[in-house]
Amino acid sequence: MSDINIVTLIGVALLLIGFYGALSRPNIVKMIVGFAIADTGVNMIIVAVGYLPGRTAPILDSAADAAGAAARMVDPIPQALVLTAIVIGLAVTALMLSFAVRMRRSGGGMSIDTYGEQKW
Amino acid sequence: MLDGRTTLDLVIGFLGLLMILAALWSVLAKRLLSSVLLSGGVSLLASLVFLALGAPDVAMTEAAIGSALTTMVFLYSLSRMKVECDASEDGGRS
Amino acid sequence: MMKKILLLAAIALLAFALWPFVRDVGLAEPGALATAYLEQGPAELGTANVVTAIVVSYRGFDTLGEVTVLFTATAGVGGLLARRKGHGKKKAAERGASDASEILKTASRLLSPLLVLFGVYIFLHGHLTPGGGFQGGVVIATAVLIGLLADPEAGLAHGVMHLVEGLSGFAYVALGAAGLWFTGVQEGFLDPRFLPLGELGRLASAGAIPVIYSLVGLKVGAELTGILDAMKEDAE
Repeated sequence: MSDINIVTLIGVALLLIGFYGALSRPNIVKMIVGFAIADTGVNMIIVAVGYLPGRTAPILDSAADAAGAAARMVDPIPQALVLTAIVIGLAVTALMLSFAVRMRRSGGGMSIDTYGEQKW
Repeated sequence: MLDGRTTLDLVIGFLGLLMILAALWSVLAKRLLSSVLLSGGVSLLASLVFLALGAPDVAMTEAAIGSALTTMVFLYSLSRMKVECDASEDGGRS
Repeated sequence: MMKKILLLAAIALLAFALWPFVRDVGLAEPGALATAYLEQGPAELGTANVVTAIVVSYRGFDTLGEVTVLFTATAGVGGLLARRKGHGKKKAAERGASDASEILKTASRLLSPLLVLFGVYIFLHGHLTPGGGFQGGVVIATAVLIGLLADPEAGLAHGVMHLVEGLSGFAYVALGAAGLWFTGVQEGFLDPRFLPLGELGRLASAGAIPVIYSLVGLKVGAELTGILDAMKEDAE
């Protein structure tokens, strides 16, 4: 049990569930929901890689002075990366959804199977 | 008695169990609305996990973007698809 | 049937590939780069929040690229969902879109200014407390969203939004170039040290970091508002 990192386990599970949803559901919106869940899973994995047990957030205050900071704080780099990744995730989700709305508007159905024959 | 690390692991494990259940339900749900709302719930629980991992910046971003704005964008696009659907049905009838 | 087997095989392969992450590698120390950031970041840049120092200055290029990607995605959403002329207005009248309730209208009038103020507070204190440009920008977008929910017919002031977005993007790059120009020996793009560093923990400290993060916040807020507005627009 002790050599299993529980947060990355959750992250990998979410990633797999998200991919399963994106690959197996015929409904376009469901596929996008799957991608959003996979996105959350990836972010959890990245944050968990930088986590060190028993350490605090990388923010200085009166309790944590600059001198001993490096010995008491978690790795800040993955957090900075994930901060960026979450915002990009929203933008990509919105772009996928607007493609879905556009496909819907041009007369297609909600299911991806109805688009098999179209060439555009 | 449980020490701090084990308690944290238990809390994260519980949150993770909820997240995995919500994600599975969201992927398998029949109704699109519950699917979208449950994926927002997964993001909200993820922000709690980030807080427990000493990443308050990421937790704030995930709570604000992942659960609030993403859900709103999904709901707006669902309503638009519904409008298109109604319009095309009307067009077929008349 | 065949499809299902292939799908399960792909998932299993992915799980196998990700298995090394699940094993606890048991790191006791952050890497050399992270240690350097943690030890030198507060002293060099005067930020209490090390994540902000990385996002705005050490990895400032990433943030610039991220804002660019966000802009491109917003432009894509706007282009894909462009309103067809003379289409939206008629439909709104046809559907008789239900009016928002009195409670929502009153609350949105009360809440929107407070939310904007809170967003500004979040990105101004990005170098001291958790939060920063992205979070503050999202809070501002939420304030606009409440206004949109209360009064779906109200058009946004597109001109003001474009102005805010363009000017903040330009000022962001200009400040980065100023860091390149004015810091002398240790120059670098987005170096915030051309303004005085001040005392650690004060609002007016950390050189140009609060200014740059505020600009990022305004830009992100304007772009997310643009996405929400484009998604909403001809729903009526």
